[in-house]
Amino acid sequence: MVTDVAIAQKLDCKGLLCPLPIIKLSKAIKTIEVGQVIEMLATDPGSVPDMEGFQNQTGHQIVSKEQQNGVYRFLVRRTK
Amino acid sequence: MGERAKRLALVASKGSLDQAYPPLILASTAAAMGWEVGIFFTFYGLDILHKKRLEHLQVSPVGNPAMPPPIPAIPMLKVPTLMGALPGMTAMATTMMKGWMAKAKMPTIKEMLDLCVEADVQLIACATTMGVMGITQADLIPAAKCAGATTFLDYAADADVSLFI
Repeated sequence: MVTDVAIAQKLDCKGLLCPLPIIKLSKAIKTIEVGQVIEMLATDPGSVPDMEGFQNQTGHQIVSKEQQNGVYRFLVRRTK
Repeated sequence: MGERAKRLALVASKGSLDQAYPPLILASTAAAMGWEVGIFFTFYGLDILHKKRLEHLQVSPVGNPAMPPPIPAIPMLKVPTLMGALPGMTAMATTMMKGWMAKAKMPTIKEMLDLCVEADVQLIACATTMGVMGITQADLIPAAKCAGATTFLDYAADADVSLFI
């Protein structure tokens, strides 16, 4: 697990399906400062390609993505 | 990304429970990514904006061979299509679908609409449908704005993605 990145906020989307994780992420990312990182946890396998799409469309950067015991962990940096 | 926000223009033309979700899911997701979104609710799709009807949208097993069998372990055992026409089958199918949605922690249609309104999705109520079906502005949720096909096309002409649902 990536541990050398400072996490400004944590967002638990485990058990949620599209569109909720992306809606919650878009709201949460507005509450951190530009340059800060949010940790998002999800269990929906669709969240893996969806997070790529979120990065492409919003410009916010996926710093890391990992999977452990069926839980996906994304670190996303607010870029603007 | 350029200066101009991307734009999604949707037509929601169906008023059944299963067909009400896709436009609202696409709209709320696009809005979450910073897109401008407008949905044109036309014909039975207008029921999604109807204060009294939106919480009673139904899904019908009639003509819907995709409706699942009662026993998931036996996939070939489908409910015969004819059975779907029996009294109570639509209510049963609707209850079943609402049950799946709740179990999957999916928002209700009302909650999906609230998410869209909160995200500034434009909800356009088809003026012709309102005239044909005798629906007034007072029957619709407050965020609904009555307009015609011209308004929607004017909006959709600058859309990056446009879908008819």
